Amino acid sequence: MNAEARPAVRLASSSVGALAAMKGVFARDMKVAFRQRQDLLNPLLFFIMVVTLFPLGVSPEVSFLSEAGAGILWVAALLSVLLSLDHLFRHDFDDGTLEQLVLQPQPLFLLILAKTVAHWMLTGLPLVVLTPVLGVMVHLDGNSIAILCLTLLIGTPVLSLIGAIGAALTLGLRSAGVLLSLLIIPLYIPVLIFGTGTVAAAAEGAPVGAYLALMGAFLMLALTLAPFAAAAALRISLSNG
Amino acid sequence: MWQIFHKLGSPKWFFGISTRFMPWLLVGGIMLLLAGAVWGLAFAPKDYLQGNSYRIIYIHVPAAFLAQSVYIMMASAAIVTLVWRMKLADVFVKAVAPVGLVLTFLALFTGAVWGKPTWGTWWIWDARLTSMLILLFLYGGVIALDRAINDEKSAARAVAVLVLVGVVNIPIIKYSVEWWNTLHQPATFKLTEKPSMPAEMWVPLLLSVLGLYLVFGWLACVRMQTEILSREQRTRWVKEFVMKGRV
Amino acid sequence: MAFDSFSAFLTMEGHGPYVWACYAVFFVLLAAMMYWSLRARKTAMDACRRGYEFEADKSKVAAPAPAASFARVNVSQD
Repeated sequence: MNAEARPAVRLASSSVGALAAMKGVFARDMKVAFRQRQDLLNPLLFFIMVVTLFPLGVSPEVSFLSEAGAGILWVAALLSVLLSLDHLFRHDFDDGTLEQLVLQPQPLFLLILAKTVAHWMLTGLPLVVLTPVLGVMVHLDGNSIAILCLTLLIGTPVLSLIGAIGAALTLGLRSAGVLLSLLIIPLYIPVLIFGTGTVAAAAEGAPVGAYLALMGAFLMLALTLAPFAAAAALRISLSNG
Repeated sequence: MWQIFHKLGSPKWFFGISTRFMPWLLVGGIMLLLAGAVWGLAFAPKDYLQGNSYRIIYIHVPAAFLAQSVYIMMASAAIVTLVWRMKLADVFVKAVAPVGLVLTFLALFTGAVWGKPTWGTWWIWDARLTSMLILLFLYGGVIALDRAINDEKSAARAVAVLVLVGVVNIPIIKYSVEWWNTLHQPATFKLTEKPSMPAEMWVPLLLSVLGLYLVFGWLACVRMQTEILSREQRTRWVKEFVMKGRV
Repeated sequence: MAFDSFSAFLTMEGHGPYVWACYAVFFVLLAAMMYWSLRARKTAMDACRRGYEFEADKSKVAAPAPAASFARVNVSQD
């Protein structure tokens, strides 16, 4: 990896405000990601492939797919976010950028929040954009697709935020990928339950406002707590050496 | 107050006090557990709905109860690890996690076997069984992370963070699983929820829960001592204990 | 006693296998865990003891280095 592709973080001064620092980290992560476009495409390809497996492996019948479709798309999205989490800190850890970040005068949890937001924009958001196409392929009706997109829009940031904790905890370990999944999947279960539950409720014609509000509450909870936990985990992993 | 707190954190003090209490924990725990089991198996009246299969309650409920409270205990110890960096707290988390895993497995196993005569299948995606399964995953994650990090200190702190994240999630998982359960199979027959239990039924249950608590206390002491021995090998008091058999 | 006879106690009206299997697995696993924990502690104690004895031997041997011995001959193998 050449230095050109990975610009340094330039905010090593306490005169830079926290917000500007967050912007800097965010902009840098976006820039790095767009210089390695294949890394952006991989989770999306994975998402499509996993969804393809279900009609092939279980049943291509319309009745099955339209009933299980929302669940399939949610599980596939969850797995592809999980797959992409390994990259969240890995490269920065390898080239030492992460240690620079930890040494910044700005609070670490804000910088991690900026990184996580960038991660979501690069994985979660494209998944949401891709969902209508796949939704049509698994015979979901228009209303279900709209609700599904909405739940994914609220749910995938939660996945990224919780995942950041796991990625920080397993940083630099030998079998980090598998370990990360082991730690994180149980924590993803409530989001998955409510994500698919909302679509199921909508399909039955029940009002979904309460469910969406609950998912919003999950998002707020993750937004306020996860960056702190991830920052603590990151410091521990870096002191590990 | 703080002095007691610091004393509590000293492995040497723990070694002394635990060695003194362990025989009582062991004897008391086994007696209570056996008393609860014998009473529950042979003397408690038959349940009018489930027949004799309900007698599994006298081990299922203690295992499930303890499996959950062990995680809560681990979370409390995790706070102590992160805030005060007390040595004993992370020894506790490390020593106790496998015990929690086994207890969770026991709760799942007995629940599944109980389900066969009651529901007619070994496994049902019942809210309690499912959240127990997720608890098993959480324990598995904690143990896996602990094993994966070589450095003892950072392993302890990383595990503490994970346990705390888990404990924040446990109520969320519990409620979401319950909600999901009612969504998919309205009002199934619950294993352990009884309108009211006669005393002949719940007294043995209380005995076996208490007994398992004591046995768990004993197990925790033994395993913590093991961990302390290998960590504090270089100290003089461990040498004295190992060579002369007293603290 | 909730049962009329010992055989009734064992069969528990058909629920016997389930009940007894549960109790067996529970107590066997619990006993195994207790045994393993005790053995692990013993292993740790033995390891400590070996370490101390090794150190004691080393400090004893180190002082008067034997001029020659039959037991150990240092031959370079490279």
